[in-house]
Amino acid sequence: MLEVDGLSVSYGGVTALDGVSLRIPDDGITAVLGPNGAGKSTLIRAIAGLVRPRAGTVSYGGRLLNGMSPEAIVRIGISMVPEGGGIIREFTVDENLRLAHLWRRDRADLRKALDEVMALFPLLAARRHLPANSLSGGERQMLAVGRALMSRAQLLLLDEPSLGLAPKVISLIMRTIHELSARRGLSVLLVEQNARSALSIANEAVLLSSGRTVASRRAGELAHEEELWHAYLGY
Amino acid sequence: MNYFFVLTLTGVAAGMIYAALAMALVLVWRATRVVNFAQGAMAMTTTYIALAVIQLTGNYWFGFIAALAAGLVLGAVAERGIVRWVENGPPLNAVILTLGLLLILEAVVPMIWGAQIRSFPAPFSISAVQVGAAFIPVSPFNLFTVGVVLLVMVALLVLFRFTGLGLSMRAAAFAPEIARLLGVRVGRLLTFGWGLATMAGALAGLLVAPSLLLYPNNMDAILVYGFTAAVLGGLDSPIGALVGGLAMGLALSFIGGYLGPDLETAGALAILIAILMVRPQGLFVHAAERRV
Repeated sequence: MLEVDGLSVSYGGVTALDGVSLRIPDDGITAVLGPNGAGKSTLIRAIAGLVRPRAGTVSYGGRLLNGMSPEAIVRIGISMVPEGGGIIREFTVDENLRLAHLWRRDRADLRKALDEVMALFPLLAARRHLPANSLSGGERQMLAVGRALMSRAQLLLLDEPSLGLAPKVISLIMRTIHELSARRGLSVLLVEQNARSALSIANEAVLLSSGRTVASRRAGELAHEEELWHAYLGY
Repeated sequence: MNYFFVLTLTGVAAGMIYAALAMALVLVWRATRVVNFAQGAMAMTTTYIALAVIQLTGNYWFGFIAALAAGLVLGAVAERGIVRWVENGPPLNAVILTLGLLLILEAVVPMIWGAQIRSFPAPFSISAVQVGAAFIPVSPFNLFTVGVVLLVMVALLVLFRFTGLGLSMRAAAFAPEIARLLGVRVGRLLTFGWGLATMAGALAGLLVAPSLLLYPNNMDAILVYGFTAAVLGGLDSPIGALVGGLAMGLALSFIGGYLGPDLETAGALAILIAILMVRPQGLFVHAAERRV
């Protein structure tokens, strides 16, 4: 269980996150929705250790994450996929994947982890030794998710995986995330502006606006609350 | 023709030394996007340490190893102790600090060892080889210079291309934030990168001293040559550093040989200005912006 309690983050006096609390169970998908500037990315970045909170706590399995570096947080089983995937363009697909496993220092497991990702994304297997910048947007997102799995994380933090992708590719990505969560028992925190896609696979949903939690519901319930949609998501 | 041949060979030998220093500058640049103006002074310092160890033990190789080890430590300390504190500030801050380090080293070294010009031993003869009646304008030390720099270049290439450590170091250089999210301990690798760079610089210092002698600013001109070589190679490319170093060695050898040795430094600066005007990204870098 990931527990976020009263988390506040400011960037040079501007408050991006203002006392947000939420619980992410050890399985299932939790969608964090909200308009641009609601603080979704800040929330995910604070959990991953990339930004320091001004107040509040983040803990995972009872362990306090405040003050831990991103490289330490990945070692306790939380892996973040930044917006756009954050693949290293100068590297090949294979190098991108290997890099995420290096800290485990386990060559036998590296081979196994690579095989698992290749089986999950056969498209990547075919492009394994090509430079990552030759991939399409959808392939990059798959590489990013596959790379997050290389660290054998139990909790995936995904920042807008649908951004800039065609509708067909978005549904493929969402289906993949859903399968990963269902089959491998992974817990996923899915930050999305594309609320419909996210709610189609999420179990729980949290709606953020101006750095505060506006609603926290079962995903199926939020999907039918028209006032909230009109007010915050602009549909 | 024979004179041209001589100038070519001496140019190659000198070029390998510039390549070693250029390599040091490239490694630092790749790791932290800082031009380390103290690179020459750090190499001078490690060469003094080598001389002290050689005088103490009577064995050149102990001094050689001591210089490389001292380079590793000095580079790591400079990164951790100085550059780390300004890594989030404007890039100029770090550059000014390396200039400060240059001044400190060039002031502290003569306080410890004196400012007089000293001779520095070479492990092999520095005079030309005689085959029958003919002199070949290459000394055994020249061959050693070329060999040892090539060896270091190959070792670095293997490190960066074929090892997990090298992969992590490249990731830390190209995309530090992403690397951290993937569990790479970026801070440690930057420290190691500076250490490795200063080790390459220490090698250049050891190879310069037998012919150019050792004194507190004996590396100043070599830094200019090495920097020009690094820029020629694109500042980002280890192979570029090697080719740039060789090109500088040859160019300066021809300038010195045909136009007069006084013009060598001016020639280096003219080459530097010409590169920056014609091809500022260097010859070996595919123009790529740095992303975070």
